[in-house]
Amino acid sequence: MQSLNDLWFGFGVALQGNNLMWSLFGVLIGNLIGVLPGMGALSAISILLPLTYAMHPVPAILMLAGIFYGSQYGGAIGAILLNLPSHPPHAVTCLDGYPMTRAGKGGTALGITMICSFFAASVGIIVMIFASPLLTAIAFKFGPAEIFSIMLLGLLAGSTMSRGSPLKGVAMTLFGLLCGTVGTDVNSGAMRFNFGIPELSDGLELVALAMGLFGLADFILNVNHMKIISANTKLRIRDMRPSWAEMKEAFWPMVRGTGVGTLFGAMPGTGPTITTFVAYALERKVSKTPEAFGTGMIAGVAAPEASAHSKTQVDFIPTMSLGIPGDAVMALIMGALVIQGIQPGPQLISEHPDIFWGLIASFWVGNVILMVLNVPLIGVWVKMLQVPYRYLFPSAMFFIAVGVFSTQNSLFQIWEVLVFGLLGAFLMSLDFSVAPILLGFVLGPMVEENFRRALLLSRGDMMVFLQRPISATFVVISAALVLAISWSTLRRGRKGSSKIVPATAEQAA
Amino acid sequence: MMKLNKDYYGGAFMVIVGVSAAYVATDYKIGTLARMGPGFFPCAIGCLMALVGLMMAFSARFDSSPGTATSGHKHEIPDLRGSICLILGVLAFIGCGTYLGLLPATFAIVFISALGDRNNNLKQSLMLAVVMSLVAVVIFWWALQIQLPLFKWGA
Repeated sequence: MQSLNDLWFGFGVALQGNNLMWSLFGVLIGNLIGVLPGMGALSAISILLPLTYAMHPVPAILMLAGIFYGSQYGGAIGAILLNLPSHPPHAVTCLDGYPMTRAGKGGTALGITMICSFFAASVGIIVMIFASPLLTAIAFKFGPAEIFSIMLLGLLAGSTMSRGSPLKGVAMTLFGLLCGTVGTDVNSGAMRFNFGIPELSDGLELVALAMGLFGLADFILNVNHMKIISANTKLRIRDMRPSWAEMKEAFWPMVRGTGVGTLFGAMPGTGPTITTFVAYALERKVSKTPEAFGTGMIAGVAAPEASAHSKTQVDFIPTMSLGIPGDAVMALIMGALVIQGIQPGPQLISEHPDIFWGLIASFWVGNVILMVLNVPLIGVWVKMLQVPYRYLFPSAMFFIAVGVFSTQNSLFQIWEVLVFGLLGAFLMSLDFSVAPILLGFVLGPMVEENFRRALLLSRGDMMVFLQRPISATFVVISAALVLAISWSTLRRGRKGSSKIVPATAEQAA
Repeated sequence: MMKLNKDYYGGAFMVIVGVSAAYVATDYKIGTLARMGPGFFPCAIGCLMALVGLMMAFSARFDSSPGTATSGHKHEIPDLRGSICLILGVLAFIGCGTYLGLLPATFAIVFISALGDRNNNLKQSLMLAVVMSLVAVVIFWWALQIQLPLFKWGA
């Protein structure tokens, strides 16, 4: 009952004119960026992050969250209408969404996607409303040992279960942790890895790092490699309303997809791509006609899209109630809160109820806005899909440069963008995935702090991580994860056979 | 066979970064487990990175079948003209921003990056740069009051 009262309060916050406006702005921009080829939630949030410095924290977080889930809606449009897997989580939607478009049912596919997204997001929000206070109550009992163990699991899961080779993911996470140590050591005041540059004494700038890795590096790799899109998709609003039979066909896949997304969202570190692929694989497994997948099955669109949206909402739970972001986007949103002077964690709900409950209520408001907007705007989005990349990236370069400059009113940070852009391009061309760097970078200082504190309290006894039950549980899960992955890697290496999910993930991504 | 090289180079790179980080970290105080100095954590991370790098190079050696599911997303070699123009654009923004002001910096970064695309000609790049300069003046200088003067001379 308390939760419902709080939620009511949250709606009051979310519907305030100013907050509503920024939320609307966020979902619109997110939707737009999600549609644009070659841009994702990460680049959108990092470009708009500097704008939030001058804002009150509540509208700032509502806007950033809006960009995140708005871009999810946008990504599906490109996948279904143009077979564009520009956003990896939606790559699997192409498999059945595009055949539907070719069969003249693109509108139906989009309509189904929207309904499933809304349903899944609503379930995710409800889970968040009831799970967060529970989790917070437990989280108050956490000491440094527990926090370290959870972060260890989060980092391990984040690096091994997202995309590509687990070993490379771990390497990138470690690199991110290393980047997090640059600057002044909080405990001793000693300078670390500053190469004699005074500007580095405050550490690397989060925005510069993100824009280098996800903006500049992407442009360097994609320039003159982007395929030219030409599509003559005509869509009428009438086409978007699915029939009852189609709704029935989509219902159970939608529920199952939502379940997968909720489960994966609650697990720290599991990326959105793996979630949609698991949802799709599950659908194919339970289906009576598994061979029909890939030819335009409604279930093949409904399940992955539902899973993506419930995961997006549930993702906010560990970030907000534990202060441990599950993936790179969450790390960035948490960074934005920290910049505002708000530390996400168990205290957040009681200290800043306006942020927490306002955010939850704004999810619903935002999702309704998206539903309402997407129907009439679908024609505009289709046109946006054809904005040439050659105009897009030079303009984005300017926004990156100005945005990074305004974080600290200093041109020095742009050097960081350049360095990390080149580094990111180099690493990506070696088949590394760079998202774990950001996760490691944001968590790095916290990991170090809690590791040091835990061992200070235990007088250097490493067993402290195993003696406390909650901490031990997380350490055991982490160990099991490492074992499972090394086992599957070894087996794969020996047989030379690839597992279904990661293999299809790469073909599509 | 490209695959094998990539994992080798990736592993080697990780070993180099890890070892040098660990080496530099030994200059800071390492301390003991109970009382860690500033160098402890970076040193540990560096060692782990080197270890992971070794494992990567090692597994690249035994993974003889090319193209098994160990890679991330695939990328072609970056386009030379595009990359150079992007890098020059950023450098031009820093240079112009330091000595000439926001407007020349904006113009420079958009114009130079736009020239990196082989489908953009001089006129289109110029047009795009002018449009973005307008955006810079109206949104960033006038509305958001960015702390960089439109024009200036010298640092």
